Amino acid sequence: MSEVVIFFIMASIALCAALGVVLARNPVHSALLLVTVLISIAVLFIIQDAQLLAAVQVIVYAGAIVVLFLFVIMLLGVDEEESLAEPVTAQRPVAIVLGLVVLAEVLFLAGHQWATGAQQSRGSLQAGDGGNVERVARSLFTDFLWPFEVTAVLLVAAVIGSVVLARRSNKPTIDDEVETL
Amino acid sequence: MIALQSLAAGDPLFAGGLDPTVVLILIIKTVAAFALLMVLVLFYIWFMRKVIADMQNRVGPARAGGRYGVLQTLADGVKLFFKEQSVPDGADPFVFRLAPYLSIIPAFVAFSIIPIGGEVSILGHTTYLQLADPAIGVLLLLATSGIGLYGVMLAGWSSGSKYPLLGSVRASAQLLSYEAAFGLAIVAVLLHSGTLSTRGIVDAQAWTSWDSFATSWYWTVAFVSFVIFLIAAIAETNHPPFDLVEAEQELVGGFVTEYTGIRFAMFFLAEFMNLITMSAIAVTLFLGGPSGPALGFLSATGTVNTWLMPMFWFFTKLLVLLFGTVWVRASLPRMRYDQLMDLGWKWLIEIAFLAVMVTAVVLVARNEAWNRFVVVPAAIGGAFCLLGILRLCIPRQSELIEEEV
Repeated sequence: MSEVVIFFIMASIALCAALGVVLARNPVHSALLLVTVLISIAVLFIIQDAQLLAAVQVIVYAGAIVVLFLFVIMLLGVDEEESLAEPVTAQRPVAIVLGLVVLAEVLFLAGHQWATGAQQSRGSLQAGDGGNVERVARSLFTDFLWPFEVTAVLLVAAVIGSVVLARRSNKPTIDDEVETL
Repeated sequence: MIALQSLAAGDPLFAGGLDPTVVLILIIKTVAAFALLMVLVLFYIWFMRKVIADMQNRVGPARAGGRYGVLQTLADGVKLFFKEQSVPDGADPFVFRLAPYLSIIPAFVAFSIIPIGGEVSILGHTTYLQLADPAIGVLLLLATSGIGLYGVMLAGWSSGSKYPLLGSVRASAQLLSYEAAFGLAIVAVLLHSGTLSTRGIVDAQAWTSWDSFATSWYWTVAFVSFVIFLIAAIAETNHPPFDLVEAEQELVGGFVTEYTGIRFAMFFLAEFMNLITMSAIAVTLFLGGPSGPALGFLSATGTVNTWLMPMFWFFTKLLVLLFGTVWVRASLPRMRYDQLMDLGWKWLIEIAFLAVMVTAVVLVARNEAWNRFVVVPAAIGGAFCLLGILRLCIPRQSELIEEEV
């Protein structure tokens, strides 16, 4: 019973905040509402007994990614008076069509289980032989070791790539030459 | 109810389901934990001012609350409470008012996972002397410190003025940088204990004999991580010598410049709450938490040995660490910003990583019963080799300057 109550409270908070993310004029307010969405989804994870997922959601998304969003917004000083004119004109109709497709997919999948599998996959994460954290760790480091390692390599490649892009080259650029002149 | 019970995990309080007494005990525990943290902050600020005054050959607070000035902090708090609060013209009013709460609430939530005593009996229910014992334990600390960052960031941004913004940009860069080293320092302990729950970590360091001080508490086996944890924890809480966020000479008051009255006080309260929580976490992870010798001549199940002695040991250890923070504050000058970043990225993260790897090797060797006189030196030697290679790869400061010219 309490699960249902918590679900409806957190789900409505998440939906309202998600609308706010899109509609807020100020990018910092959008980022704050995004944090609200992420935290209410973390609560939904907790009532599904996925505690590790909830913690990771808050640590990684709320604690690091949105902080970086805010960091960029602050450093670049994006103002409320940002121009709302769209550079890509076809964007809006395409977005509406794609949004409707996604909505239809979600509504369809909500009633059918062939894509997500039956509900038994939830049982294996519940307490029993070790807690939720132990179970996630065991499946991550046994059955899903290969995808896990590949993801690690991908992340390292991304880090090295961004460092290379951000690094100033040793060759003097035109700006430098102008300065020396 | 599934959710609540699995969150509370090991606490025997929920073994018999949820009845009104259990709810009452939960409320008592919450209020008691909050009051305790508040009193600790009041005490710590007084203690800090007195100790620093002693170190600098001054008297320190000596007016409010007798000749030792015990009530000075309370007097300051009351003064701040009744001061006028202002919101600057250029500020974002809602976020400006929200920011103090965003920093104070995570500070309290983080304290809820600290075990301050053993297993006790309240109103006929057995429970742990800690507010919550979630299975994700230490991860909750990382999550709350991530959320606490928003308070500082948004305070600086919403003030609508230059210095607070600079202060909060500094703060977020600093906190993000040290979070990595901080998390890695915790990992070494988690490898040893095999559990995330703070109660489980404390139980793994239980006191059996006088050797436990060195053999079962983790500060010896994970000494490198212990040192890194202490440095990173001070940096995470923005305390000297890492208090660049509010460097008066450079940034006026940093992110709190535009704040007045109780909102200003709330930021400081949060900062000291964080410092106390971090010290308490250090006690929990590395110094055995409430574990310590019991009074052998009294019954092992009596009030003294179940209630008082664990709390006595916990608070003694906490006091030692808190004295350490005051000592550091009194003796070390503030770091330069580039020194801060160098220390975090080029030293702490590397060494913490290597410490985790050495710990893993040693633990595997123990499980497989390999010869530890070969494995331990080999692991440490390998770590030093890796560190040397990494140091050679990092360009030296002189080279960087040449490159820029």
